[in-house]
Amino acid sequence: MTAIRVEDLRKSYGAHEALRGVSFEIGEGEVFGLLGPNGAGKTTTVEILEGYRRRDGGTVQVLGADPASAGSRWRAQIGIVLQSSSLYPNLTVAEHLSVFGGYYPKPRPVDEVIDLVGLGEKRDVRVKSLSGGQQRRLDLGLALVGDPELIFLDEPTTGFDPAARRAAWSTIRDLRSLGKTILLTTHYLDEAEQLSDRVAVLREGRIVTIGAPAELIGATSETEIRYRRDGELVVLRTSEPTRVLHELTAQALAEGRDLEGLEVRRQTLEELYLALTAAEQEQ
Amino acid sequence: MKLFAHELRVEQKLFWRNREAAFFTFALPIVFFLIFGSVYGDSTIKEGARRVRGAAYLEAGMIGYGIASTAFAGLAITLVIRRESGILKRVRGTPLPPAVYLSAVLGSTVIVFAIQTVLIIVLGHVLYDVRWPTVPLSVVLLLLLGAAAFAALGLAITTAVRSAEGSSAVVNAVYLPMAIISGTFFSPTSYPHFLRVVADLLPLTYFTKLARDVILHGKEIWADPGAITWVACWGAIGLAVAIARFRWEPREG
Repeated sequence: MTAIRVEDLRKSYGAHEALRGVSFEIGEGEVFGLLGPNGAGKTTTVEILEGYRRRDGGTVQVLGADPASAGSRWRAQIGIVLQSSSLYPNLTVAEHLSVFGGYYPKPRPVDEVIDLVGLGEKRDVRVKSLSGGQQRRLDLGLALVGDPELIFLDEPTTGFDPAARRAAWSTIRDLRSLGKTILLTTHYLDEAEQLSDRVAVLREGRIVTIGAPAELIGATSETEIRYRRDGELVVLRTSEPTRVLHELTAQALAEGRDLEGLEVRRQTLEELYLALTAAEQEQ
Repeated sequence: MKLFAHELRVEQKLFWRNREAAFFTFALPIVFFLIFGSVYGDSTIKEGARRVRGAAYLEAGMIGYGIASTAFAGLAITLVIRRESGILKRVRGTPLPPAVYLSAVLGSTVIVFAIQTVLIIVLGHVLYDVRWPTVPLSVVLLLLLGAAAFAALGLAITTAVRSAEGSSAVVNAVYLPMAIISGTFFSPTSYPHFLRVVADLLPLTYFTKLARDVILHGKEIWADPGAITWVACWGAIGLAVAIARFRWEPREG
């Protein structure tokens, strides 16, 4: 089953083309990561799927409906974490969850959601006394309180300390194991790699690559070999690492010298990402 | 209906818990009533050809000031802050229909304004011996007409405010001069000609006149259809602007 289908999605702001024909599909129960530099079109894409923005062209189906015209019943099935936190300063954590839970036909129990996002000790604390990371966790809680099938997470861990990020990741994995579909945008490559079944990289309003993180790294199939020769760094990239490495070591042994600082490694998702998005930064 | 009741309770909790805003919109008109009442409550004031007691005159004026403060200023500032902090956008992303949300926000404003009016009337009777209103149906209609018209104007002015920081500045710059020019604090008969010309255009002038007729003079509200029309027309203009330009999302992304 397909949770989200996007075909040839287009959107312009004045003369600026923010999306120039984006297509992808997300299966039910899949965690899909949308990556890209600022201004690549991540938030525009997500906000069209959430029903906040109108598209200029293309077709979009989210849980079987067009978000531009879908109503309350459709909204009850999706949960949204917006890019910036938006809460009532004078309401407590528990009050927020019962306020927003009241908008949904079948809300999850307040205390269950509080445990899920790890705010048990802050249950009756007003939002203005929470830290930024705790407010962000409440944002996530509010997206989950309606027990949605599909969850949009727009940069959910920006500003988190490493421990809080790990905790958020484990919450997201829990959601995945419950069979929820998740669309995640993030700046953090490790986050996308850790959580996503598949990722798409957006650049200048187009998808430049899409696939499982391991596949994407595998697809480039280049291995990097680095060593120092007379103090000079030598970097080789090859698709036949076994042969190249054998030749290198054989030659070094024959000449009776060492390959100083020898390193053999595969490209990481981060390097792939930087390579894919580099063109834009050069402009 | 269940959703409306839920959101109405939420709005009431939010209103009373925000002490600064509750003081500004709810308590301030009552405080002004006490201050000005002690200043000129016992003197007589010229109202057109008639002479009325200061306290009675002020009581109706403070109800007019109250509507500008709760339904117009308070509502507008609350909605701008919610819009710019992304709360309206979040609410828009839930199954709560926007019309139900806005109706509950307006309903909550009517509750606050009604409590305020009752308190002003009770205080006027107890402290300044102003007589009780004699036409209860007209009092209720007066409150509903005023709340609807000024809430519509409050929605309209949110479209002219760009940031949460600027919201009280812009709103105060509009509603405080309006409250003074419309004669909620002092009788406008002593105002210079040009101010009276301005006053003759403002909706609060007509609302305050209706309040005086209904509460002071015991006239039914429909005795002055001209004033009702003025207030309603301003409300309709406000509503038209709000429908055309009201935004749910903050200016920045």
